[in-house]
Amino acid sequence: MLKVNEQTRQFQSGITIGELANKYKPAADLFILNGFPVAADAAVQDGDSCTLIQKDVIPTPDEIDSFLIARHTPGIQTKIKQSTIAILGLGGLGSAVAGAMAKIGIGKMLLSDYDVVEPSNLNRQHYFIDQIGMLKTDALKANLLRMNPSISLKIIRERLTESLLPGHFSNVDVLIECFDDPVMKAATLRSVLTEMKTVAYVGSSGMAGFGDNNKIHTKMERPGIYIVGDETSEARPGMGLMAPRVGIAAHHQANQALRIILGADKGRK
Amino acid sequence: MNITLNGNNKSIQEISSVLDLLKSLELTPETVVVELNTTIIQPDSYDTTNIAEDDWVEIIRFVGGG
Repeated sequence: MLKVNEQTRQFQSGITIGELANKYKPAADLFILNGFPVAADAAVQDGDSCTLIQKDVIPTPDEIDSFLIARHTPGIQTKIKQSTIAILGLGGLGSAVAGAMAKIGIGKMLLSDYDVVEPSNLNRQHYFIDQIGMLKTDALKANLLRMNPSISLKIIRERLTESLLPGHFSNVDVLIECFDDPVMKAATLRSVLTEMKTVAYVGSSGMAGFGDNNKIHTKMERPGIYIVGDETSEARPGMGLMAPRVGIAAHHQANQALRIILGADKGRK
Repeated sequence: MNITLNGNNKSIQEISSVLDLLKSLELTPETVVVELNTTIIQPDSYDTTNIAEDDWVEIIRFVGGG
C-alpha cells in the first residue's frame, strides 16, 4: 500500500513517482517522497508516502478537507467541521487561537474585535506589518483564509458590552474569551453562567511577561467552564505581553476548546 | 462570622456586604465574578447583597492581558 496525497493506493512493483502522478494528479510538477523532494523517475517502494503538488495552484476546499480527514481521521474531523466557536478579542490570544482552529478545519468561527492593528501589537499578535491600520477582524479574516479557505467566518466589529453578548454568542458550541480588559473578562464569564447555559467557555487570566512556562495552566471552574493562565501575571508597564508566553496560553485555550468539541472534556450541552 | 470562600473556611466581619468582602480582599469589584450560594451576583447589587453566617461564596478573579 502507498499513501498518495494522504489517500491509500495500491502499490505496484517498479512504479515511479512520476507514473503515480500521471495516474492521480497529472498536473503535478513537484514530487515529495517520504518528506523529500525527488525527480519524476524516483522509484517508489511499498509503504512509501507520496505527495504530488501543482505549484502555485491552491487546492480546492474539498481537497483541503480530504487532507484534514486523512490527518485527523474521519470521526474526529466530522466533529471539528460541525462545530462553531466564538473568539472574543483578537489580540495576542485571540489571533493565535484563531490560527490553530483554522488549521484544524473548524467549521465556523465568530470573530469579534473593534480595534485596528497597531505597531505595538506586532510583538505578539498574528498580523503582518502591511496590515497596520486595518481592522483586526478584517486582517485576521484575510490571514485565516490563507491558512484554510474551507472554514466559514463571521466577523463582529462592534464594541461589545455584557448585555450584547448573549445575542451574538448563545448558539456557539464553545466561547473563547481572549479580551485584554479584565472588566470584560469578568462580564463575559458572568454572562455565560447566567445567560448562555449551553455554551462551553474557555477564558483567560494571567499570561503577561516571561514567567515559568508551567505556571500557565487550564483550570476547570465547573463542568464546561475553564480558565487558562497563571491567575496572577497582569499586563502592566515592565511586564508586558509577549508572543512566547501569550502563545502558550492561547494554545491551552485552543486545545481546551478542541477537547470540548471532541467530547474529551465536558461541555455544557 | 464564618463563611466558605472558594472552598476554604474564612472569618469575616459581621454584617458584610459582597462589596465589603471584595474590599477586604483588596479585589477590584468590576474584575471579579461572585457567586453566593450558587447564585451569580450582578455587580450593581454588590453593596446591597449581604453575606450571612455559613454562606458559600465563590470569587473568580481576572487580571488584564490577552
